[in-house]
Amino acid sequence: MNKKGPLYALFLSLILLLPGCSSIAVLNPKGPAARTLSDTIILSIVVMLGVLAVVYILYVFVLLKYRAKKSNEGYIPPHEEGNKWLEAIWITIPIIIVAFLSVVTVKTTVDVENVAADYKDQKPLVIYASSSNWKWHFSYPEEGIETVNYVNIPVHRAVEFRLYSFGTISSLWIPQLGGQKYAMSDMLTTLHLSADTVGSYVGRNANFNGKGFAHMEFEALAMTDADYQEWVKDVKETAGPLSEEEFKNLLEMEHVGRKTYTNTHLSFSPPPGDHGDHMGTNGTEKDTDNGNTEHQDNKEIHPSPAPSSETEFDSVPNPELDDESATHEGH
Amino acid sequence: MDWDKFKVHGEPLIYGAMASIVLATIGIIVGLTYFKKWGYLWREWLTTVDHKRIGIMYILAALLMLFRGGVDAIMMKLQTAAPDMKFLDAQHYNEVFTTHGLIMILFMAMPFIIGLMNVIVPLQIGARDVAFPRLNAVSFWLFFFGAMLLNISFVIGGSPDAGWSAYFPLASLEFSPTVGNNYYSLALQISGIGTLITGVNFIVTILKMRAPGMKLMKMPMFTWSVLITNVIIVFAFPVLTVALALMMFDRLFGSQFFTMANGGMDMLWANLFWVWGHPEVYIVVLPAFGIYSEIIATFSKKNLYGYTSMVFSMLIISLLSFLVWAHHFYTMGQGAMVNSFFSITTMAIAVPTGVKIFNWLFTLRKGRISFTTPMLYSLAFIPIFTIGGVTGVMLAMASADYQYHNTMFLVAHFHYVLIPGAVFAVIAGFHYWFPKVFGFRLNERLGKHAFWWIVISFNVSFFPLFLLGLMGMTRRQYTYSAETGFGPLSMVSFVGAIGLVVGFVILVYNIYWSTRYEPRDTDGDPWDARTLEWATKSPIPAYNFAVVPNVKTRDAYWSAKQDKVPLFEDKITKIHMPSNTGKPFILGVIFFIAGFSLVFSLWIPAILSGVGILIVMAAMSFDRDHGFYIPAEEVIATEKKLRGETV
Repeated sequence: MNKKGPLYALFLSLILLLPGCSSIAVLNPKGPAARTLSDTIILSIVVMLGVLAVVYILYVFVLLKYRAKKSNEGYIPPHEEGNKWLEAIWITIPIIIVAFLSVVTVKTTVDVENVAADYKDQKPLVIYASSSNWKWHFSYPEEGIETVNYVNIPVHRAVEFRLYSFGTISSLWIPQLGGQKYAMSDMLTTLHLSADTVGSYVGRNANFNGKGFAHMEFEALAMTDADYQEWVKDVKETAGPLSEEEFKNLLEMEHVGRKTYTNTHLSFSPPPGDHGDHMGTNGTEKDTDNGNTEHQDNKEIHPSPAPSSETEFDSVPNPELDDESATHEGH
Repeated sequence: MDWDKFKVHGEPLIYGAMASIVLATIGIIVGLTYFKKWGYLWREWLTTVDHKRIGIMYILAALLMLFRGGVDAIMMKLQTAAPDMKFLDAQHYNEVFTTHGLIMILFMAMPFIIGLMNVIVPLQIGARDVAFPRLNAVSFWLFFFGAMLLNISFVIGGSPDAGWSAYFPLASLEFSPTVGNNYYSLALQISGIGTLITGVNFIVTILKMRAPGMKLMKMPMFTWSVLITNVIIVFAFPVLTVALALMMFDRLFGSQFFTMANGGMDMLWANLFWVWGHPEVYIVVLPAFGIYSEIIATFSKKNLYGYTSMVFSMLIISLLSFLVWAHHFYTMGQGAMVNSFFSITTMAIAVPTGVKIFNWLFTLRKGRISFTTPMLYSLAFIPIFTIGGVTGVMLAMASADYQYHNTMFLVAHFHYVLIPGAVFAVIAGFHYWFPKVFGFRLNERLGKHAFWWIVISFNVSFFPLFLLGLMGMTRRQYTYSAETGFGPLSMVSFVGAIGLVVGFVILVYNIYWSTRYEPRDTDGDPWDARTLEWATKSPIPAYNFAVVPNVKTRDAYWSAKQDKVPLFEDKITKIHMPSNTGKPFILGVIFFIAGFSLVFSLWIPAILSGVGILIVMAAMSFDRDHGFYIPAEEVIATEKKLRGETV
């Protein structure tokens, strides 16, 4: 069957490309979370190649042996209802494979959702990462500094990213350090990453969020602890503070270059609650109150994608919607 | 009145599209007038309630949409073929990939499948039509005008641009202020209602109108797959209806279900969307499994292996399809426990799917396999779809998905599932059943040329995307820099896409060539096939079967041919048929006007057409036309003519 020629060639090239090909970011991990995921992926590829092999061998065999040809002219194929033993085999074996992969999945999912085993005893470095339009804000509450569109982290240190968004859903992804997670406007999500090799890694938003999406990249720079402390010190000496006014302007902008500040926006613009708060599991009056104010707070400084502000639309539906929408869709 | 909002600015491509739409419309109108075909069009097609003609119209519309969606695909592939391409800007690219997804799933794959089920299912169960022929026409016209509404968005006002999944708050008025997503909520709503009606119609048809003796477990596998699919439609589509209605309220009337302010929940949309969206995948894939089952059995000259387990595996898939939606957003931070649950349910789908693959392989075993065009597509399906399946298992693993989510790996996976799992199937079914409907085969030589182009180019185009995903390329990014290293593989993918175009051009040329030159077949059974639809003549008479068949075995027509089991034992009597009606078409037109008015917040025409819809529905409800009878003599005469005897 010549149609499978290219298929096999492609598969062979995949297998050849897999080990150590540095351009495949996901399989070239530089941190424990990414390594766990890379191992999981390679394991699953191996298992799945086994499944493919069984299907392909059987497939080629039946096609070659039972194709219509001169020599089997007049052959009348038998009537076969099925065979319960054979069918039991191809139910049982897949169940075993799926069970095995389920165990792997649950274990590795729990692993990467928590601080990596090697750094369990450390207090993680907390970095709030928030997105607005097509840029990323990184706030370091412990150090009291904030950066835009780049993040520096020390190696061999558990880092806890707390993610949220000033608008659309984005997804923070640094492939060589670990998997991605959504940043949303109404709840805080947590992403545990660490780097164990010094280096510069590409980070980006992985979730489509409008026309600037393709350029929503940032650099994640993993540095030695000494370099990191040096950098923090440097920032405090050279950068300026971030005022509420300036932050509002920053949110409005579509794209900006790198920026560095000596305080975080968290003080005047607190992040939303985490999942539990959002779901209102406690249900006390205080909690809901808090939730609401947080919403409103965010709302105040939510950016608009376009220069014209559309906030009035979120509150009261105007009876004269026709004119209203005309002005909106006009620009 | 502000005319400005109707305009789309600045793109030569859009002006080109406008010009071609206008020219095509003028061409059709002039042509119909010149050849005096208006009356014919109205009497024979626009007002028809015949399931075969409705099916043909579905398939024609689907082919048109395949063209539109294909043009979208080529534009995307060209834009990403090399780093920093300047063919489309970001906004235009976003509109193109959004409509590509919507059109290919909702206005190409699904209507193509519904078209095939319309033509074939009543024949396979020995019925004269579907249970509710007029509702069937309503279904078609709602689908058709929904599709048209989405298609005009490109030139009037702008297309939806937030992805086919339209995640909020991106799709809200705040972040998508153009009318594009208004089109989304209304066009999908209108065609969705049509699909929901189809679901009800076919469940009733299959449960109530089977020929005497055709027990459920004697139904052809395609009919089984259609039954299960329509059960899924009836459960899944109401969720879409509700979600789209809420979306429309958010965008048109200032409600806050999914927006950021006032307690709106963006992920609620994502949940509702995928509670419909995942079963939707099985709505297009299960009938494909049915089509392959028929074709593989026919061209292996064997009955389908493991019939019972095939049925049960589809039932299990349909159940599981409602338990896996959250795997579309493992990364929203719902924690390891929730993700583990959805991982396991998702991987579990591999088991019944594997059962089907092995059953097909064992149907081939000990057969006598002939490589016709429909069989080639069916055979190509097995190895390619298996790649889609195993990568699906890989994606189902929540932890690993943190690295695949939203990347080209995912894009490669679902194309590896949907193209062999739906597109190859409808093409195979199209070639297979074409002679049944039109009385001649599509040319085999041209068919095979198209096949090789399509199947090889498909792999060239989509396999590199697996690697691009692992390299960190996300989906939906309209450009990338040279340093990313995405360039070479993206170029390979573009070359593959060109090959796909060549394949589809040959396929369409084949329809033209065969219509002109292919020898006519009078027998009605050109493939020596097994199921009831081949027992009637080609082209199929309006009443399908002169005498309702008596079914005793699973492959009823095969037993009739092989073992001389009598199929048609009764005498020909007068046949009751439904009358044509123009109301479904009119209803569709009014729905279109209502949808268009709502998109642009034109309240007066919207309200008037809303009233119009109610009036037409009332008129249909109180319609006292009970159809007509074809006299026995006329049936006998038609049958003789079909056999080539002189009357």
